[in-house]
Amino acid sequence: MTAHGAAAAPPAAGSGRPRVFIVDDHSMFRAGVRSELSGDVEIVGEAADVAAAVSEISRSLPDVVLLDVHLPGGGGQDVVAAVKAGHPDVKFLALSASDAPEDVIAVIRAGARGYVTKTISGTELVDAVRRVAAGDAVFSPRLAGFVLDAFASGMTAELDRPSFDPELDQLTAREREVLRLIARGYTYREVGRELFISVKTVESHVSSVLRKLQLSSRHQLTRWAAERRLT
Amino acid sequence: MADEAHASAGRYATSGPTQPPGSAAGPESAGPESARPDWLGRLGARLRPGQPSDGPLRRLADDRVLGGVAAGIARRTGLDVSLVRAALVVLALVSYGYGAAAYVVAWLLIPAQDADTNIATRSLADKRGIGLVAALTSVLVVGLIVASALDATWIVSLGAPLIVCADGLALISRNADAAERQHVREFADPSGRAGSGRRSRRLLRIVVAVLLLLGGGWALVGHAEKNSALLRPLGGIVLLVGGMAIAFGPWWLRVARDLVEERQARIRAEERADIAARVHDSVLQTLALIQRRAGDPHQVTRLARAQERELRAWLFDGRAPGSLDGQAATVADGVRLIQQEVEAQHGISVEAVTVGDCPLDEELTALLAAGREATVNAAKWSGADVVSVFAEVEPGSVSLYVRDRGRGFDPDAVPDDRKGLAESVRGRVTRRGGSVTIRSTPGEGTEVSLAMPRSAAESSARRS
Repeated sequence: MTAHGAAAAPPAAGSGRPRVFIVDDHSMFRAGVRSELSGDVEIVGEAADVAAAVSEISRSLPDVVLLDVHLPGGGGQDVVAAVKAGHPDVKFLALSASDAPEDVIAVIRAGARGYVTKTISGTELVDAVRRVAAGDAVFSPRLAGFVLDAFASGMTAELDRPSFDPELDQLTAREREVLRLIARGYTYREVGRELFISVKTVESHVSSVLRKLQLSSRHQLTRWAAERRLT
Repeated sequence: MADEAHASAGRYATSGPTQPPGSAAGPESAGPESARPDWLGRLGARLRPGQPSDGPLRRLADDRVLGGVAAGIARRTGLDVSLVRAALVVLALVSYGYGAAAYVVAWLLIPAQDADTNIATRSLADKRGIGLVAALTSVLVVGLIVASALDATWIVSLGAPLIVCADGLALISRNADAAERQHVREFADPSGRAGSGRRSRRLLRIVVAVLLLLGGGWALVGHAEKNSALLRPLGGIVLLVGGMAIAFGPWWLRVARDLVEERQARIRAEERADIAARVHDSVLQTLALIQRRAGDPHQVTRLARAQERELRAWLFDGRAPGSLDGQAATVADGVRLIQQEVEAQHGISVEAVTVGDCPLDEELTALLAAGREATVNAAKWSGADVVSVFAEVEPGSVSLYVRDRGRGFDPDAVPDDRKGLAESVRGRVTRRGGSVTIRSTPGEGTEVSLAMPRSAAESSARRS
């Protein structure tokens, strides 16, 4: 693949090299990610704070934005919200060191398609970027744990609420199984093999969980975040 | 000794008037005494230079030859301290040593001047001292039996006070306050201290030893019955050994003390190395992590807080870093601890995820300990960079999964040392009613699944 080919590559997801934008306030880390991803993706720009990120992303319109959860001048969710308002096609993948669950959930609910930790290997990161570019959700073990926790805790208290929407407010048994295996460190392929389902089915379960996470009006999700912040 | 006693009596006399209780009655009691004949009054004043004090009987540290008992009695009764001492010595001689034993018992029971408790009370807490006393008593009893077999009745008659004195002095030498111990040491072993009187003291001791040898031999030969004639050579040996013990005992003691000090120095050096290693594993590692994550105040705060807690637990509660019990209060804490520890010690990253949380009890602590073992195992053997630990607290049970994507192994063909570790993981959990599954495929990695049912009381409590 030549430089000419890369420049001419269509922005369509899935084909060719995804165009990636990096937002992180550590220049060291940005350099590290760039060197790990170069060759597999096309880096179209980087930014170190919220304001720069919003304007640069709106200008370069990448396929995927790798987004740090904590940023100077606001959280990662502010970038997601600001960009999504004008450019709903830009996809976000949160990439960060260990964070507080409420921050991660906030970024996901703002519209990020997944969350991976910085311990992820280069090839796995490339894989995750491709997956997000293709419209799938990417769940790291930690995110799977957060989600299980968020949907499990205080279930009894939640049942008292009249505006209870079982479609959005609960995970199915299968979704739970999938999340549990991901939390245990299984890849999608391994999850599929374990549960005798295809990788596509695993992806659809995960996407469904992501949708619930983003659309659920469950008070529990916000209250859970508030509770976690206290402890 | 007489000079010393005299001098101290003088010192005592000058300190007499400063005592509040007795001195108030001074002028009146002096009246009748002045009516006596002159020499009698002088003798009375000589023998009883001070006034009796009303305070409790105390041993006086500033005017002691041994324990300060005589000085204490003198202060209490107002008698001359030399007189009291002479009386005690005479008493010890005429009572076949029981007087000496009584002195030692008084030493034990009477508190020192400025102390709240007596030595006997403190000795009760001194387990090793009590052990020493038991050993000393048994040795002396054996010695006395040997002596009685040799018909050395004069030794046997001294047996009881001898045992009391030896045991008492052993306890005193261990439990008296520091200044008093130093005093006793110097009294017992003057050669231990560099000084001018050293040579003469040693000479004196050798003379005493020789006299004892000769006297003992004479007593044995003179008083032994005929049927013990065969044992006489043995008795000679016993006496010879006794004499040598007296002559060279202090030297042996010094050698032994040097050995003990050397061993203590080595122990201290090992302790220092241990502390250095622990500080490296915990504090230095944390500082390195903080430097690497200096831009993330959240992380830095968390790391600093965790390290502070660990350091405090180690310094003030004596819990070594790495021990799980007590340090972690909940399952999530415990998993976090395992993560930090294994990351610090084995240089791999541990991806830890916990869902739900609950307080730790004995079973769950065992579960976490087994999980830690499995994690360390994976870190050491799998060759993987990342180990995933997932803990889930459910109402009825707690599950823990440790997974690596390393080289894996064939469960049927594991080397013995790894089998042993697996057993230690398995045994820990199954003994408490949990279950363990180990799945491993060569080339694909290993997953250890642990589960522990929660006790009824625990699971009814709300998940926190």
